[in-house]
Amino acid sequence: MPPLVQLVDVSRSYGSVAPVRALRGVDLEVDSGELVSVVGASGSGKTTLLNIIGCLDRPTTGSYRLDGVDADSLSDSRRAGLRSRLLGFVFQSFHLLSYRTVLENVMLAEVYGRREWAGRAERARNALAAVGIEDRADTVPTRLSGGQRQRVAIARAIVNQPRMLLCDEPTGNLDSVTAAGILELLGGLYEAGLTVIVITHDPGVAEWSQRQVRLVDGRIGSDR
Amino acid sequence: MTRGEVDRTWTGAEPAPSRMWPRDLVLESFAGMFARPGRMMLTILGTSIGLAALVATLGLSRTAGNQIIGRFDELAATEITVSALPAEEGRPANDLPWDAAARMQRLNGVVAAGTLSNVDVGGDLVRGTPVDAPGRRAAFKVPVEAASPDLFTAVRARLREGRLPDVGHSQRADKVAVLGPNAARLLGVQRVDGLPAISIGDEVFLVVAVLESVERKHDLLSSVIIPEGTARRGYHLASPESVVVETRVGAASLLAEQAPLALRPDHPLGLQVASPEQPQRMRAGIRSDLDLLFLMLGGVSLLVGAIGIANVTLVSVMERVGEIGLRRALGASRRHIATQFLLESATMGAVGGVLGASAGMLVVVGVATYQSWTPVVDPSVPLLAPVVGGLTGLVAGLYPALRAARLEPVEALRAGT
Repeated sequence: MPPLVQLVDVSRSYGSVAPVRALRGVDLEVDSGELVSVVGASGSGKTTLLNIIGCLDRPTTGSYRLDGVDADSLSDSRRAGLRSRLLGFVFQSFHLLSYRTVLENVMLAEVYGRREWAGRAERARNALAAVGIEDRADTVPTRLSGGQRQRVAIARAIVNQPRMLLCDEPTGNLDSVTAAGILELLGGLYEAGLTVIVITHDPGVAEWSQRQVRLVDGRIGSDR
Repeated sequence: MTRGEVDRTWTGAEPAPSRMWPRDLVLESFAGMFARPGRMMLTILGTSIGLAALVATLGLSRTAGNQIIGRFDELAATEITVSALPAEEGRPANDLPWDAAARMQRLNGVVAAGTLSNVDVGGDLVRGTPVDAPGRRAAFKVPVEAASPDLFTAVRARLREGRLPDVGHSQRADKVAVLGPNAARLLGVQRVDGLPAISIGDEVFLVVAVLESVERKHDLLSSVIIPEGTARRGYHLASPESVVVETRVGAASLLAEQAPLALRPDHPLGLQVASPEQPQRMRAGIRSDLDLLFLMLGGVSLLVGAIGIANVTLVSVMERVGEIGLRRALGASRRHIATQFLLESATMGAVGGVLGASAGMLVVVGVATYQSWTPVVDPSVPLLAPVVGGLTGLVAGLYPALRAARLEPVEALRAGT
């Protein structure tokens, strides 16, 4: 069985005049069911790497296969299809729609997954229960604390039962106690079999993960 | 769920593209609009004003045009003027008889008939006041007309004040005068209850009436009108110059044939009958002029509405960059994003169209009621307005929607929080 994520000699540069090289020849394989943290200094290419893995960006050179499929050569619409079926995103700034209730925010992921109407709300409530805030389903995100908002974002990321969760600094905006709760939640999802890739510059988070990939100036410095 | 349980290996091959239910697309568009209800209402207001202006102008042009045309039709179709042709050499003059008005009135279909003649006053000036105010011009060259009593009915004269001269004035050759409103203003005659005097040359006339308006022979508005008998005796009027006849609707053409025989059975060919321009041609001319003018006005209003939609949709796209990034991350394709914004702008345009059409209709009916006109609106106008509004919204939203769709998800996520 091919690895879930397979990057071969991936580079990514921005701009045509004096290009900035965010990634330089990265080789990385992540198997199904792994918990990987990607650490590195600011500007080391962590987010660029996550965007390429998440089919939000394409490598300038090299190849990227997601679950054995050459993701680079796919059309925009097919890559969007991959995102809705295989991937779940958790962002540092939550990215919740303030004019929708918590439940509707979670159900938004089901819209693009083209899930059947029947059972959508139930699945969303189950996802909220899995992150422990089912009682706030009908409130708006602006009335929630940071930790609660991130839980809503995680519920939205897992409602379509993706293969992999991609988290960009999921605890970056949270205090240490709340952050610990979020890590525990992510750990639980990993325990349940979900592949989780977490980008962080928090050494504590990195220590917590099963595998730690360190990026230095766009290259993989260490992988253990 | 325990570890190892989730192992839904996806079999590869060509992955399916992103798809969403049309119903979801519509609901997401609506939710996007209602996220900022105040702005949505203002945007809709912009379009509805544009379309209200369009519907109102089209409706009012049709209503007013109908009214004007009706007026022209009626006046044109019910007027004939008979006058004498210059006499051929060696033959007696083709004079109209003095009882021309009475002869015409005997014909079936005549509503009113009166004679009208220009009076040759030998270059005499008309003075409004016997006292010369220093520095103010007091004597003017004003046309003097002689009229039979029924002429005022035939030209549909409306009286501002006083009393029109009757047969008695004419028979006695009384020195009385009626002033057109412009002549009254020129001569400084304000009121007639004190019987003000004017003088034509050395002859003094009492002003017995001032006209408000006439619907035919507009020259009378600027004239001094004296009784025919007075002109005959004082200024040697040889015969009436013309007979103005108001006919019943539909009787004009027949009366135009009968009039010369009734007036001069001995020499009908010496008279000419004038009927104004063909009404149908006039109708077409007026309608096309009005339609073009008002259509341009409405078009400009609609353009302003469209620019409003485009502007608001563009601002909305810029404000929702983060949301666009999120939707892309969740699996929305570029097409989904573009369609959502297009639906939003088209819906706002269509709703603006419905409201605008309603407001425009109210304006048309309101103005028509106030003016006692019959409101006339092409039925397709209010029905097409929402379609035009929707299309306007669609066109206006095209650029913002494409811009939204072109956003790279990474940049959109980074730009918006």
